[in-house]
Amino acid sequence: MTTNAQEFTKANKQDVYNHPDYYLLDELLSEEHKLIRSTVRDYVKKELSPIIEDVAQKAVFPRFMVKELGELGCYAPQLPVEYGCGGMDYITYGLMMQELERCDSGVRSTASVQGSLVMYPIYKFGSEEQKHKYLPKLAKGDLLGCFGLTEPNHGSDPGGMTTNFKPAGDGKHVILNGAKMWISNSPFADIAVVWAKNENGKIKGIIVERGMEGFTTPETHNKWSLRASATGELVFNDVLVPVENILPGVEGLKGPLTCLNSARYGISWGALGAAMDCYDTALRYSKERIQFGKPIAGFQLQQKKLAEMITEITKAQLLTWRLGVLMNEGRATPAQISMAKRNNVDLALNVARNARQMLGGMGITGEYPIMRHMMNLESVVTYEGTHDIHLLITGLDITGENAFA
Amino acid sequence: MKILVCVSNVPDTTTKVTFTENNTQFNTAGVQFIINPYDELSLTRGLELTEKLGGTVTTITVGLADTEASIRKALAIGATDAVRINAVPTDAYFVAEQIAAYAKAENFDLIFTGRESIDYNGGQVCGLLAEMLGLPSVNVITSIEIDGTTATMERDIDGGREKLTANLPLVVSAQKELTEPRIPNMRGIMAARTKPLKVVEPVASELTSAAVGFELPAPKGSVKLISVEEAGSLISILHNEAKII
Repeated sequence: MTTNAQEFTKANKQDVYNHPDYYLLDELLSEEHKLIRSTVRDYVKKELSPIIEDVAQKAVFPRFMVKELGELGCYAPQLPVEYGCGGMDYITYGLMMQELERCDSGVRSTASVQGSLVMYPIYKFGSEEQKHKYLPKLAKGDLLGCFGLTEPNHGSDPGGMTTNFKPAGDGKHVILNGAKMWISNSPFADIAVVWAKNENGKIKGIIVERGMEGFTTPETHNKWSLRASATGELVFNDVLVPVENILPGVEGLKGPLTCLNSARYGISWGALGAAMDCYDTALRYSKERIQFGKPIAGFQLQQKKLAEMITEITKAQLLTWRLGVLMNEGRATPAQISMAKRNNVDLALNVARNARQMLGGMGITGEYPIMRHMMNLESVVTYEGTHDIHLLITGLDITGENAFA
Repeated sequence: MKILVCVSNVPDTTTKVTFTENNTQFNTAGVQFIINPYDELSLTRGLELTEKLGGTVTTITVGLADTEASIRKALAIGATDAVRINAVPTDAYFVAEQIAAYAKAENFDLIFTGRESIDYNGGQVCGLLAEMLGLPSVNVITSIEIDGTTATMERDIDGGREKLTANLPLVVSAQKELTEPRIPNMRGIMAARTKPLKVVEPVASELTSAAVGFELPAPKGSVKLISVEEAGSLISILHNEAKII
């Protein structure tokens, strides 16, 4: 269990990233937005960029960053100040996720899960006691949380879940049984927001704490993706959970799906950040790499790749910014969020693949971030609603016909 | 402890520098501006001192409204309040005069400047300001500790290090090793929203200098590779072709 930044090998190369802004979209941001973005970027360049490659190669969770991201304010910055959060807007939240994923999708995942999948449901569906008990500590990074929805046999179809709880008979506890899979942060999490069916078959949220008897979190090893973030299972074997840990404010799939909306929104900004990093890397490389006596940026086939990348990135920047405005106004629909998540992750994968080609063999190595982004994005295109499922959400939204099953 | 930190608004270190107006004006189009890195160190050291000893850290900037993004950042990092002198910082003398005019009535115990601003690199404001205020000054310091009314500082000198003391009030300029710059956090950024930023009109001042023209350095030449077998020819190439020895 690594906890210190000093335990990782530092890269020699300086992180010189600058975000592409072809349509001058920075003008749509406030000074405060830009200050927050540069703050997260400065932190990433100083503390994470030098070690992220080593972290990913070794697949050791950089646990030290949990607290540092909390101090920076990266966990649910859009939730109210009275719970220790930022009271910021959704564009701020998006920009933070963008800067973190620009570094690594695993880093962003850690923050996304904490903010959108743990803090958000407690804020939205929790009792006042639950909010005051957990949110300030989660915001500071004193506690790390995870979110249990997906099960070994229920991924895109979460409504079929079998994890369940029933009254323990003492009037004070319930008994939780079942298992959750593909859970980011699980091996190191202090608490888990778990979705399980009650004795009436209704889905409820329940907060499970590490140390409760019968609760284990085995780590998932040998991932080729999100190697800088810890993934695992949640196993509940007759776990006795106090009834006051049940989230009172929601029942049914609406609960977890509401959280996913918030997280998917963050992913749409985040994946775009990964794309921007790949583009920035490839553009810089193409101007420096000489072949046939001139920089490869001067060859038509490379220009085609770069021109298409910046075009797609610019379109996605506009889409994402507009979605942020709709989120701020409380008008964004789940289907709009789905479209942004699907579009941006897909384009990020394409940008990563083209950027990788431009760098030739160098694109394969850990000298450059592209291959790491590309592998990470294979998870991002799968989790929080697969690429195909999001397409069906759009299909359902525009036709009114359900094509899921 | 009442500390004043002079904050310059300068182009980002990665800026590609170009000029306009017949090479007499720096072209600011598309340029990102940041807090002068040496001033950021001053600010951080000022905050460290007041966190230990109590007191306030005020920043002062000579610049138009477009410098307020940098000023807000200084407040987000932790400054108590900020002052902006509403004028274009034409040269070091003008800047020092403006800061002196404000600082005179405020009785600061310690005034920090950077060793230089990274745009025009004059490095004069510290000395000029001290002279105008009738205070002692120590420039290019790498450390500073305060004990009562005495400051103990270190500075690099040729081939060694000098340790010296001076009484407060005092003007100092910061060198790189002074401390590690602080990254603001979201709580700081939120707090900065409501911290006072006072805008003061400039005092009358006569222009003492004007830029006649700027020149960019010649582009880097290409590299000449010499094979190992011909290593002996290096001296003659440096003599006759490069003409540098």
